[in-house]
Amino acid sequence: MTSSTPDLEHDTILAWVDRGASVLDLGCGDGALLADLVATKQVTACGIDIDEHAIYQCVARGLSVFHQDLDTGLAEYTDRSFDYVILKQSLQQLRQPTFVLREATRVGRKVIVSIPNFAHYAARFQVFFRGRVPVTPILPYEWYDSPNIHFLSILDFRDFCADQRFRIEKSLFLRRNHAVRVFPNFFAETAIFLLSHSEGSAVMRAIHSGTRVLHPRRDA
Amino acid sequence: MADSDLSVGVVETQYFTFAEPPNEFPLESGDRLGPITLAYESYGALNAQRSNAVLVLHALSGDGHAAGYHVGEERPGWWDAMIGPGKALDTETYFVLCSNVIGGCKGSTGPSSVNPTTGRPYGLAFPHVTIRDMVTAQERLITHLGIDRLLTVIGGSMGGMQVLQWMVAHPHRIRSAIPIATALHHSPQQIAFHEVGRQAIFADPNWRHGDYYGQDPPARGLAVARMVGHITYMSDVSMAEKFGRRVKADQPPFHFGPHFEVEGYLRYRGDHFVQRFDANSYLYITKAIDAFNLLADTRLQDVFKPLRAKILVIAFKSDWLYPAYQSQEIVRACKLAHVDATYCEIPSTYGHDAFLLEVDEETHLITHFLRTVAHNREA
Repeated sequence: MTSSTPDLEHDTILAWVDRGASVLDLGCGDGALLADLVATKQVTACGIDIDEHAIYQCVARGLSVFHQDLDTGLAEYTDRSFDYVILKQSLQQLRQPTFVLREATRVGRKVIVSIPNFAHYAARFQVFFRGRVPVTPILPYEWYDSPNIHFLSILDFRDFCADQRFRIEKSLFLRRNHAVRVFPNFFAETAIFLLSHSEGSAVMRAIHSGTRVLHPRRDA
Repeated sequence: MADSDLSVGVVETQYFTFAEPPNEFPLESGDRLGPITLAYESYGALNAQRSNAVLVLHALSGDGHAAGYHVGEERPGWWDAMIGPGKALDTETYFVLCSNVIGGCKGSTGPSSVNPTTGRPYGLAFPHVTIRDMVTAQERLITHLGIDRLLTVIGGSMGGMQVLQWMVAHPHRIRSAIPIATALHHSPQQIAFHEVGRQAIFADPNWRHGDYYGQDPPARGLAVARMVGHITYMSDVSMAEKFGRRVKADQPPFHFGPHFEVEGYLRYRGDHFVQRFDANSYLYITKAIDAFNLLADTRLQDVFKPLRAKILVIAFKSDWLYPAYQSQEIVRACKLAHVDATYCEIPSTYGHDAFLLEVDEETHLITHFLRTVAHNREA
């Protein structure tokens, strides 16, 4: 039951997930994406969200969900517990995005991340000419009531992945439900990335974060 | 108006007796107990496949009368808001069972029952019973009723401990489980509050080492125990909302009468409780709760290992007696064992009592959860 209004971000994520996979959705909201993944890809679905109304909506859809703060981590899950971990428009709302994305790449074989591009031209225009923090269709919040606590562009996210040694396997850039192929950091409102472990990433991440390497042989 | 339409109506308690000597029931303590009677009630009808049975498990002071009305009584069963036509446990769809625990005093065998070897009430000669014993006895009941697998087991507080015990001891006989406002084991703070209640009973001269049947019962001691209990079941906010610092006009402040409304309330609840509950049962059941420990000889990651049932864990934000972190530990154990679980922390100001009072949120979660479980044939 795909939603009637076209949503290319939603549909892209549906398309990128393999049939029958196990999926963990971090910041699953009302569960619309997970429910579609169950219906069209027969995935084993699990969601996490901090908002109790999201939990009520997910349960009404028959989904299994945890009412939990993502910033507390995913410690109970062993390495590669899920085929996919999804962060759809939730990374920029986390207090500890680095920690959570490291955790996501640990427990998931692949990670799908979508972000709003704060360097989109409409946002640049508002900052440059109006001298105001942008309020656009994909960034619809005033500064005082925005759930977004980190501001990043597509280039920022690429740098971040290189720094953290997350390998970007695939990416897609969108503006008003159309794919953007030229100068995405200027023209795209939304970006979707498929990430995976890069070689030795677990060891490198452990060195960066100072945590214990759980299974050094597997990744080394 | 609509209340009577939504009620299961007039109900009657039924009795199941088993473990007749010499086949007494082996208790966890090593003692044997028999015969054992369980008082239980059922609402709705068991379907032809016997696949729609729901077992409701009661808390410390509850009983088998969970819904509907006994003849001549005005108050319905203790979870009437959740059980009935169109309610969370919909009796049009489900066959709902609730039994009084062993050790109880509402029709099941407990310390106030007659000891067949002496012809007098057991008193302290009653053996120690545990949450595991309560659940093993319930399992005998559902076997007796011809039910192989329960659609779900559900309960709050001590009822939730029984749910957890079902998940551990009889994983293949449940398709789902709903532990509410409960814990894998009691914290020292929880044990401490129970101990204050027990000490109040011990300190009552009428208690006579449990041998008070046929005489004045230790009503003061049990009332104080219940007052302590009620404080722990409410929250700072719910007490402030319910009583404030309001005073009773007819009570002068310095005569130690129930001057504040909260004092009057606690006295009323305490005095009311002694009319319907046995002090020795209170001692035995609080001890069973304190002794319960699913992590006694198992690690957290192994406790739910063989479980394939679907789990719904519910906690309440203002519950300081069974804080949400205890429910989160249950959830962690489920995740570690790859058990299909859902967790919701309902924002409530009612404290521990919320599991009896937050009907709308619980109804939403449980209705949809059970629909999913019933729909999922493989579960």
